[in-house]
Amino acid sequence: MSGQRTSREPVAIVGIGQTKHAAARRDVSLAGLVREAARRALDDAQLSWADVDAVVLGKAPDFFEGVMMPELYLADALGAAGKPVLRVHTAGSVGGSTALVAADLVAARVQRTVLAVAFEKQSESNAMWGLSLPVPFQQPLLAGAGGFFAPHVRAYIRRSGAPGGVGALVAYKDRRNALLNPWAHVHEHGITLERVRSSPMLWDPVRYSETCPSSDGACAVVLTDRAGAARAPHPPAWVHGGAMRSEPTLFAGKDFVSPRAGRDCAAEVYRQAGITDPRRELDVAELYVPFSWYEPMWLENLGFAAEGEGWKLTASGATELGGELPVNPSGGVLSTNPIGASGLIRFAEAALQVRGTAGEHQVDGARKALGHAYGGGAQFFSMWVVGDRPPTT
Amino acid sequence: MTPRDVAVVAFARSDHHGGADGASEPELLLPVLHDALSQAGLAPGEADFTCSGSSDYLAGRPFSFTLTLDSVGAWPPVAESHVETDGAWALYEAWVKILTGRADTALVYAHGKPTTGDLADVLTRQLDPYYLAPLWPDPYALAALQARALIDAGHLDEPPPAEAHAVLPLRAADFPAPVDGAAAVVLAAGDTARRMCDRPAWIRGIDHRIEPQAPGLRDLTDSPSTRLAAERAGAFRAPVDTAELHAPCTAQEVVLRRALRLDRTVTVNPSGGALAADPVMTTGLVRLGEAAARIHRGASGRALAHATSGPCLQHNLVAVLEGEDR
Repeated sequence: MSGQRTSREPVAIVGIGQTKHAAARRDVSLAGLVREAARRALDDAQLSWADVDAVVLGKAPDFFEGVMMPELYLADALGAAGKPVLRVHTAGSVGGSTALVAADLVAARVQRTVLAVAFEKQSESNAMWGLSLPVPFQQPLLAGAGGFFAPHVRAYIRRSGAPGGVGALVAYKDRRNALLNPWAHVHEHGITLERVRSSPMLWDPVRYSETCPSSDGACAVVLTDRAGAARAPHPPAWVHGGAMRSEPTLFAGKDFVSPRAGRDCAAEVYRQAGITDPRRELDVAELYVPFSWYEPMWLENLGFAAEGEGWKLTASGATELGGELPVNPSGGVLSTNPIGASGLIRFAEAALQVRGTAGEHQVDGARKALGHAYGGGAQFFSMWVVGDRPPTT
Repeated sequence: MTPRDVAVVAFARSDHHGGADGASEPELLLPVLHDALSQAGLAPGEADFTCSGSSDYLAGRPFSFTLTLDSVGAWPPVAESHVETDGAWALYEAWVKILTGRADTALVYAHGKPTTGDLADVLTRQLDPYYLAPLWPDPYALAALQARALIDAGHLDEPPPAEAHAVLPLRAADFPAPVDGAAAVVLAAGDTARRMCDRPAWIRGIDHRIEPQAPGLRDLTDSPSTRLAAERAGAFRAPVDTAELHAPCTAQEVVLRRALRLDRTVTVNPSGGALAADPVMTTGLVRLGEAAARIHRGASGRALAHATSGPCLQHNLVAVLEGEDR
């Protein structure tokens, strides 16, 4: 880009907090839910509400809770009185976009310390119908996100020639990983591959155990500048690259299996982070996988595997915790899905890994990690790469 | 180090006349986006960054903003974001993006179709869902509370008793009629802006601040968030000749004039303001665009633009725009 000063402030992640995610958090209000995550992030950074200069709030459609523009009502609970509050909504990718908008505020030196919060309290409504557009906007043919995405999974299987059982492997892995993550929603003790394979078929070929749950939950991240990072009590994670890409929902020639917006977004993030071989240079990836088969699909879309080869990477065990490229050691969206927060949880889990603070699901020696989110009709993408060292460029 | 200079180089808005006559959001937007991009000499999809503002609650469907990408020409894919509020905040996000150096140009747009539902009922859903929203106090009732507080404090005259009131002490003429509409702005940095526009409207400062929502926690006769945003935007460093204020009620303009210390030398709302046309979620971006267009035309040297969100001026954005004498 031309003209004037374009040097950016390096952005550090110094605080991360999550709620315990559950099907219904009836013990807290909306305000209580976001505060729980925000308070934990501030405690992690050893900061108080007064240390925060601005708040960025993300969530998916307001119809999920029945509150229009809830940042207005939540401003007080988030300690934001007298501060800027920016409300982001980019469909399912919004959690990631929330982190990126917050990072830009620091990178542009508009603010020094920013609190990014994302949440969804899906028990307040029926999310499946909240995601199904009413007549007259759409013909009444689809039920929920699974109805939209299952045909694209079938297209992937046909195109790649993948054997039928790969999706179950992903679900079996992610649900076992979730047992190592105390915040995860679904803790399926005693899970077996056979149990995944014999669970009810919901949207062929996606079975019940290969589907994300509907969760109440929130996630919060504190981002700050170099000076803030120097004061941080724990080692920060650093943002090495971040980007968003969007394309229309439907058009002739759209590739739903491997959308170009996803490929372009990954290429831009890798360019910023100086990554030329993502499979070798990234130690762990937190990918937005709401239905099991999206793991091999995204592995290809993101350049971890050649086209048609993603399922082989999954089937080889490379994406398991302890494998060559662990994917979703947190248990992923398959185990926890407060939709508006799911992207920020991916971004936060990537940061936890490079800080070395992921607990039982820590990937040994993780130094660079990818956080990924997508939304809409596989059309909105947001990603970041984080590292344990400040960026050199 | 000095931050990058960013300017509004183009502005377009739809003609506001009631309902959109069955036009969808993309149909409402397409001519407006075309107009703004043409002014800046940009092809569809050519801006480095795109950001929009809108609300699902006006459209009555989730993800209502997704289909507007059809009007943007988002193929090949574009770097894009969306705020679930007035487009003025989309402009703020785009301004930040340009400051990071990751973009030189940005397309900002907003759309709103408040006539598709009962706006008074819809806006009650913005309120605290546990303690206030169940009472369904609409924006007219809340604005009337604010007007009553202003009268009690001596900042507003008691209305003549003979007049018909919409909601005491306010008349129907104190509120705008909701209209459907869309608006678009192009932002550009430095020399790019100078190439695109003879007289760019340079953003000398922009800031926004929020207050607690509960009306009982606030002094409704004042707007400390507007004053703070104006201070941070540098509005008080030199006098402005023009102010475009987003006041969806006459009494709220009184609050804003006081908070912004606007005297009689300032031309307020030469565009007609929010009272002349209130395409909800677009009205704030229109204020920024109208102030910029006045600078483009040479009718203003230094203008203030304001946008608001939430009940009784809860969340306020202030920008200071300047022309450059060459």
